[in-house]
Order: sequence, then structure tokens, then C-alpha cells
Amino acid sequence: MSDVVIKVENVSKQYRLGSVGTGTISHDLNRWWAKVRGKEDPFLKIGEANDRTKRAASDLVWALKDINFEVKQGEVLGIIGRNGAGKSTLLKILSRVTAPTLGNIKAKGRIASLLEVGTGFHPELTGRENIFLNGAILGMSKQEIKSKFDEIVSFSGVERYIDTPVKRYSSGMYVRLAFAVAAHLEPEILIVDEVLAVGDAEFQKKCLGKMKDVSGQGRTVLFVSHNMAAVKSLCTQGIILRNGILDFSGDAENACSNYLGKSMQEAEVHLMDRMDRVGNGNLVIEDVYFQNLAGENINSLISGEYVKIVFKYKKNITKSIHPLFIGVTIKNDSEITQTVIATDELGINLTCDKSNGVIEVIISQLLLRGGNYSLTYMVSEKKSVVASHDILDKIDNAVFFEVEKGDFWKTGNINRPSSSGFLQNSSILIK
Amino acid sequence: MQTEENWDLIIRPKNKWYQLDLSAIWRYRDLLLLLVRRDFVSVYKQTILGPLWLFIQPVLTSLTFTIIFGRIAKISTDGTPPILFYMAGITLWSYFADCLNKTSNTFIANAGVFGKVYFPRLIIPLSVLISNLIKLGIQFLIFIIVWLFYLKGSCDIQPHWGLMWLLPGLIFVMAGLGFGFGIIISSLTTKYRDLTFLVGFGVQLLMYASSVVLPLSAMPDNIKRIVSFNPMVSIIETFKYIFLGNGYMHFGDLIYSFGFMVVLVMLAVIIFNKVEKSFMDTV
Repeated sequence: MSDVVIKVENVSKQYRLGSVGTGTISHDLNRWWAKVRGKEDPFLKIGEANDRTKRAASDLVWALKDINFEVKQGEVLGIIGRNGAGKSTLLKILSRVTAPTLGNIKAKGRIASLLEVGTGFHPELTGRENIFLNGAILGMSKQEIKSKFDEIVSFSGVERYIDTPVKRYSSGMYVRLAFAVAAHLEPEILIVDEVLAVGDAEFQKKCLGKMKDVSGQGRTVLFVSHNMAAVKSLCTQGIILRNGILDFSGDAENACSNYLGKSMQEAEVHLMDRMDRVGNGNLVIEDVYFQNLAGENINSLISGEYVKIVFKYKKNITKSIHPLFIGVTIKNDSEITQTVIATDELGINLTCDKSNGVIEVIISQLLLRGGNYSLTYMVSEKKSVVASHDILDKIDNAVFFEVEKGDFWKTGNINRPSSSGFLQNSSILIK
Repeated sequence: MQTEENWDLIIRPKNKWYQLDLSAIWRYRDLLLLLVRRDFVSVYKQTILGPLWLFIQPVLTSLTFTIIFGRIAKISTDGTPPILFYMAGITLWSYFADCLNKTSNTFIANAGVFGKVYFPRLIIPLSVLISNLIKLGIQFLIFIIVWLFYLKGSCDIQPHWGLMWLLPGLIFVMAGLGFGFGIIISSLTTKYRDLTFLVGFGVQLLMYASSVVLPLSAMPDNIKRIVSFNPMVSIIETFKYIFLGNGYMHFGDLIYSFGFMVVLVMLAVIIFNKVEKSFMDTV
């Protein structure tokens, strides 16, 4: 029989938008006055769902609203959701960094998270001193750290520097040491936030490896991720958060397909009606479609063939936009980026003078294998590769499309589905 | 059938106002000691004199006070050698002031750590109290050296040996006062920062009203009455009474200081509990 180790009951979290200032004190007084009279907090009744793309009517939002779920001993729970869906807030509440506004969470055993790699490292202290300090901050006793010290050091691979202050470390060494300490925690419940796990690919792999170890030992893991493939392969259960509301709860496989299905549904809405648009709107993409070599519109693309991606734009300002940047990201059905094609990298300088027109991204040979893909685009004003973007328009997963298997190598053999590739010999021009 | 289960941890929106989880603090005692060590070690890294600076600070301050207040302003020191008089005050005062100053930014200075990982928040201010205690110990040693020098040399110091046992109590009350004030300020400044502007300045000002520079006996009566509300006055006066033989000591005033400290610390814990849980959202 499996025991419930985490029980989340009606958890809600309200945040204030804007900065703390003189307006806040009147709210506080209001709240206090309600409390004195024994009334309910007036600000808990208002507040709206956390959809960051819409301008808010009130300056209180529910980052989480009425979240309920249970995790059983030994389960690996994937928490899926877009940026801003409330994943990190949930983790913060679970790791007791902040308290919920309403509701409560019950847990059995020690909760530790791999999101706090390197917390409390003091730059002046040596590696050795920091291992002890950091270990203690994460909740280990001195005895525990001492017994694992050699293991931690050899895991981190910084033996030679162990008596050098960590401010002299390279950033890689710093992260390795920090991770080594965190990885030797032995909590009953481990929280892993892939989004926050900064570091190189090797480091992320280590994170995931550690997670597998932990779940292999029958301990419970909560895993936050964007990466559907990782969720599918690592998790047993999954929940989806959408604008702070629990959208789905079930096994990991279903959670992933549900999440992707919802994203696809959103894409069926016409581009002009999309609510998740980001940017200042000086230039808006009204439609995105694909054309073949003959200039006919096509719905599905063929691996290895010519394809033209057409972005129909409308400029809402009179002045011309000079270094016009457009970047196109193609992701596969596990939300993993397959390729990016961008003007700045290609050394192309576009100028937008007309108020209406099209931007054509020409791919002479589509190096994607058969499978389902999505297209994310961003249009911005950007002077150089290193300059920051002044975003004009951006939509994540603007369109979904299918690539049919094709004879990419002109050998008469059809390729296999779903893998990554490059877009060769591409060019972009504006008309 | 699952009946009411035993949960190790229940995360609720608010703490109970009186809740003080001493067992959690005890579980994290290793962290407490490591933080003390960190405070002590990290400050004197890359200095040549290292902890010797702890000796130099009070000596230089006492010299400055001796010249300015003793020689130039000619303020009475109740007949004791000025350097000894000022050193006694400064040694004690700097413990209180350091505790207060350091704990008063507990939340803001540690927001980075507090924002990522949970441990009993009170560990941080407690570690401040202890690491300053070590500093006080060292500075007290200097005072004793200077004191012994004068004790052998001249005869106008008559320590009250019988009252020496009061010393740990005096330090305890000071620690409580510094902690209490510091925690209250730090809790109040998580949302509204206004108080932070007052702290450094306020502590400086308070020093002049705590008979560090000006002995109580040299103050006019009406001012004396106001100043004696300051719980630090009786501590410093008593200390001088014990070691230097002059000054002023009254058990009633000591009890007042002790009571003040107890109430202050209780108040501080209540406010701290209120703030602790969700200060990350406003800090």
C-alpha cells in the first residue's frame, strides 16, 4: 500500500502587482481594520487569474488558486506549465520559502530541493569551509557532512582547489562544488526545478541522474519542467498548471499529451485572435503560412523539400523599422528546440518601409525528419547579435505543422520520423 | 482505512503568534556554529593583522574619546583615568550596538538565502549574538589588561569584587536588548524601509544617552530622570561600578533593565513570527 507523503489542500497564493509604496499602507490599514472587526480580509475576495498577457483590472493576482493534489511515496510527479503558470510559486511554498495565502500542505519527511544550488556560499571561505556551511544550510548535520565529505569532494572534481576561497573558482567549479553538496543530501522528498537549474548540459544531466537515483530508492520526487520528453521518461504522475489553476492531474503520459493538445488547440485559434501575444505591437504578424516551390499554400511540409514560410505583417507606425529582426524557432512535439533561424546570425539586414507586406523565410532544403512540430516566432528591432531585443511581436507555438517523411538524401529511401536537423542554405528576404 | 495521520510538517498560511520552535533551532545547531565561524573567519580574511584589529578598534576609540571628551571638553570621568573609563563604556556599548545593527538587517541582508531555502530564520540573529560575544570576549580581555595595569599602578580604583558575579547577567541582558531591538527593526523594515534610515543614526545618538561618554553623576537631575529610562544606562553604570569602583549601581534599575529586556524579546518574537512566513513576498 502506498502512503500519501504530500497532501496539498486548497492552496492559494495571492501576489500584489506593482511596487510597495505609500498605496500599500492604506491596504494594510484596511486589512487590519477588517481583522479588528472580525470580518474577512476584503482583499481575498478580489484578484484575478494570473494571465500576464492581459492588463490587469485589479493589482492583486492569484498566482495559485485552489490547488489540490496528493503525492504518494515513491512517485515522481512532473509539474508542467508555461512560464508564469505558478510552478515556481508552488515550489516556493513547498520548500517553505514563502507561505500560502490560503490552504495548507501536509508532508511526511524532510523536503529538500535542488533549486538552491550554492545558496549561502561565502566567497571568502574556502571550498572546504563552504561545503560545511552549505550542507548545514541545506539541513545536514556536521556529522553527516563529515562522513560524506570525501565523497562530495571527489564528486565535485575540485580536490586541488578545496582549500582555496571559492571566489577564485571558475564558475563551472563553483557550480560543481555546489551541486556536489546538494546531491549528497538524503531527503525523503526531493524537489527538482529544471527551469532554474542553470548550468551546462553535463550539469543538467547530473541533475536528472541524481533524480533517477533518488526515485530508484523509493523516495519521492517533484520535478518541474518544460521538457515533455524528460517528464515522459522520468515521471510517473503529472499535473498541469495553467494561469495558477490546476488544469490536469493524472499519469505523466496523459499529462504530457493533454498539455500539448491544449497548446495545439490554442494554435487553432486564428493568429489575430491569439491572446498570448507579446510585444509593443508596432508591427504585428497577421498570419503565418507555408508555400512550396510553385508558390502554392501547403499544410504539411516534406522532409528534404523546398519550403517558404510566409509571415504576413502589418506595420502600425509610419516610420520605417530599420534593423528588423526575425527569429523562427522550430520545436518538436516534446517542446525541444530543433532549430533556430534568425536574421542576425545569417547577416541579413531587413528594413520595413511598407505598412503591409510579407516576410518570407526560404528554406531550400528542409532538414527536419517526419513528425509534428511547432513554430515560434519573434519580430523585433535589434541592432546586432549582442544588442537586446525591442520586441515588436512574439507568439510561442504560433502554428503547429506536420512534416512528412521524404527522400531527403535523394537516394530513393524515405527517412525515419522525429529527429532533429539543420536548415541548410536558407535565406530570408522581405517584400 | 486511513485515520488521522501523523504529518511531520504542516505548511500553513500563518504561524501562531506565540510559536517559538526551539526544537527546530536545536536541530540546526550545527548551522548556528558554522555561521558564527563564518562571520568570524570571513571578516579578517586577507588582512595582515587579522583578529588583532579587534584589539586596535576599542583602543583607538578610547584614545580619541580621551582626547576629545577628557582633554578638550574636560568632561568628568568620576575620578577614574579617562582611558579606562571610556574603554569600559565602549567595550560594553559596542557589543550592544553591533548586535542591534547586525540583527536589524537580518531579513534584507539574507533575502538571497531565505528566498531559496528554509531553515529556522532565528538562526541568523542568534549567530550574530554569538559571534559578537566572541568579539566582546576579546575586547574585554584588552580592557582587563589595561585595568590591571592601572590597578597595580595607582590606588584610586576600588573594584567591588563581591559583585563580579553580575557580569554574565549584564551581558545577557545586553544581548537580549540588542536582539530584541534588532529583530523588531528588521521585521518592520521588510515591507517599509523607512526605519533603516534611523538605525545607524539612532544607535549613535543613543550612545550619548547611555553614560558611555557622560557619567550619570555629571548629568543634571531632570535629564538624569529621562536618561534612566534607557535600559542600557544601568548596565553600563553597574559595570563601571563593579570594575572602576565609581559610578552608580542600583538593583531596582537592574531589574527594570531585565524586565524591559524580557518584554522586548517577547514582543520581538511575536512580530518576527508574523513576518517570517511571507516576508519574501514584500522584501
